[in-house]
Amino acid sequence: MVYSVMIYDALIAPFTEFEFMRRALAAVVALALGGAPIGVFLMLRRMSLVGDAMAHAILPGAAIGFLLSGLNLFAMTTGGLIAGFTVAILAGVVARTTELKEDASLATFYLASLALGVTIVSIKGTNIDLLHVLFGNILAMDDQTLLVITFNATITLIVLAVIYRPLVIESVDPVFLRTVSRAGAPAHLAFLALVVINLVNGFQALGTLLAVGLMILPAGIARFWSRDITGMICIAVISAIVSGYAGLVLSFQTKVPSGPAIILVAALLYVGSVLFGSVSGLFRQMFPGRHLEA
Amino acid sequence: MRRFQLWLIFLLLVTSAAPARAQDRLNVVASFSILGDFVRNVGGERVSVTTLVGPDGDVHVYTPAPADAKKIADAKLVVINGLGLEGWLPRLVQSSGGKATMVTASQGITPLKIGSDADPHAWQSVANARIYVADIRDALVAADPAGAEAYRANAERYLAKLDALDREVREAVAQIPQARRKVISTHDAFGYFASAYGIEFIAPQGVSTESEVSARDIARIITEVRAAKIPAVFLENISDDRLMRRISTETGARVGGTLFSDSLTGEKGDAPTYIDMVRHNIKALTSALTN
Repeated sequence: MVYSVMIYDALIAPFTEFEFMRRALAAVVALALGGAPIGVFLMLRRMSLVGDAMAHAILPGAAIGFLLSGLNLFAMTTGGLIAGFTVAILAGVVARTTELKEDASLATFYLASLALGVTIVSIKGTNIDLLHVLFGNILAMDDQTLLVITFNATITLIVLAVIYRPLVIESVDPVFLRTVSRAGAPAHLAFLALVVINLVNGFQALGTLLAVGLMILPAGIARFWSRDITGMICIAVISAIVSGYAGLVLSFQTKVPSGPAIILVAALLYVGSVLFGSVSGLFRQMFPGRHLEA
Repeated sequence: MRRFQLWLIFLLLVTSAAPARAQDRLNVVASFSILGDFVRNVGGERVSVTTLVGPDGDVHVYTPAPADAKKIADAKLVVINGLGLEGWLPRLVQSSGGKATMVTASQGITPLKIGSDADPHAWQSVANARIYVADIRDALVAADPAGAEAYRANAERYLAKLDALDREVREAVAQIPQARRKVISTHDAFGYFASAYGIEFIAPQGVSTESEVSARDIARIITEVRAAKIPAVFLENISDDRLMRRISTETGARVGGTLFSDSLTGEKGDAPTYIDMVRHNIKALTSALTN
C-alpha cells in the first residue's frame, strides 16, 4: 500500500495536481506523434543533422517578421517558416539537379541564411536575441500553442500517409523508384516541407533542444529494435512519448530543466538500445547464438 | 597563420591611426541604458554619451559588435555597473585598444547575494542610484576637471530629484496593505527593490535570463502562490511572458502589467528615463496590489 502511494505521488500526482504538467504532457505526445516518424525518415536519408541547421536557417525570416511588426510571435514564426521552406526547398532542388549532395547544399544555404539573418538583425541595431524570444518552453503551453502543435501533428500524419510509399521506396532504393515513378521529387519536397513545419513550430513551442531532440533521438533508438520502417516508426513514437513523460517527471522531482531532462532520458534509452538492441546491438553482436537459442 | 598575423597587425595599425574625434565634448560610453541615463543627467551638455546595450536590450546575454569596440576606443570614460553584470565587457575594452578609464558605478554599494554571487541589479533601489550618480560625478570630475563646477551642480539637482523619487516610492508602498506586499516576477531582478521597500518578489527563473526553469520550480511557485494568496504576477520587458500567463491562469493571480528591470524603453515607451522607469514600476505595483 505504502509503495503504491509513493508511486502514485511520484508518477501521477504531478499531472493531476498541476495543469501545466498536463499541458506539457499533451504537447510532448503531439510532438512525438508528428516528429518521431519524420525523424525516422531523416535518419534513413542521412539527414539527421538537418534539424540543427534549420534552427539557424529560420533566423532571417524571424528577423524580417520582427522588423515588420516588432516582437510579434505570429509574424516571427511565419517569417521563420518561410525562411525555413526556402532554404529546405532550394537545398532540395540543388541536390536533385546537380552533383552536390543534400547535406552539403543544405549546409551552404543555411549558413548563407544565418549570415543574412544576423545582418538584418544588426541593421535594426537591436541586440535582442530574436531566437531566444522565438524559442518557447514546454512548461508554458497556452491554448494557442497547444492547438498549433496538435494541428501540425495531424497534418504531418496525413501528409506522411499520402507520400508514404514513394518516400519509403526512395529512402531504400532511389534508383529503383526513379525507374518506376516520378513521385520521388515531389514526395521529397513535401517531406522537406513537413520537416520545416515540425521544426519551426517545435522551436516556437518547445525550444530548439526539444524540437530537434524528440525528432532524432527516438529514430536512433528505433534503429536498434526493428528492421522494417513501420516497426521503426512505431518504436520511435513510443520511445518519444516515454522519454517525454519520464523527462517531465524527472524535471518535476529534481531540479533539471524540462527540455534537457526529456532529451537526457531519450539519450539513456539510446545508450541502452546501442548496448542491448535486438538489431545490431553490441551485446547481440557479441553473443549472437545465445539469443537465437532462447 | 602568418597571413592571419599580418592581418592582425594591419587591423591594429588602422584602429590606432584612426583620427580621434573632435574633443569638444567628453566621450563617455555606458554599458547599458540606465547607466547612460545617469551619465546624461550628470554630464549634461559637456559629455556625449553612447550606450552599448540600448533600450529594450538584454544586458545579460549581449554579444558585442565591432562598432562597440570602436565606441570604446573613442571614449575617455567607460561606465559599467560591475557586480558581474557585464561579463563580456572587460575583454571588449582590452581588445578595443583604447585608453578609456573604466568606472564601476556600483562602487560603494553593499551587494546583496544570490547564492554565492553578487546580485547585479543594484540600481533598482533609489538609494543605490544615488551612489551610482555620486560615483559617476566623481569620475567625470576626475576626467574633465574644467567642468567640475557643472558636474557638481548637475549631480546636486539630479540627486534632489532622486530623493523626491525615493520618498514617492515609500509613500506608494505604504498604501499597500502589509499582507498584500508580494508579487511574482519573471527573473530575480528586484532583490534590491525588495529589501529597500519591503515588497517580496518571487521569481521562477534564477538571477540571469540565461538559465532554464524546471517543472519543479514552476510547481513550487504555483503552490506558493495558492498558499500565500499572492495577488499578482508581473511580466518583464524582455523575457518570454507565456510562462507568467500560465502561472497566472493556474493560480488565479492577476497579471499585473510590465515591470522594467534591466533596460529603459525607447523615447516613446513607458520608461525612457530612470525616474520614469521607477515611477512606472511603482504605479504598476500599487494598482495591482491595492484593491
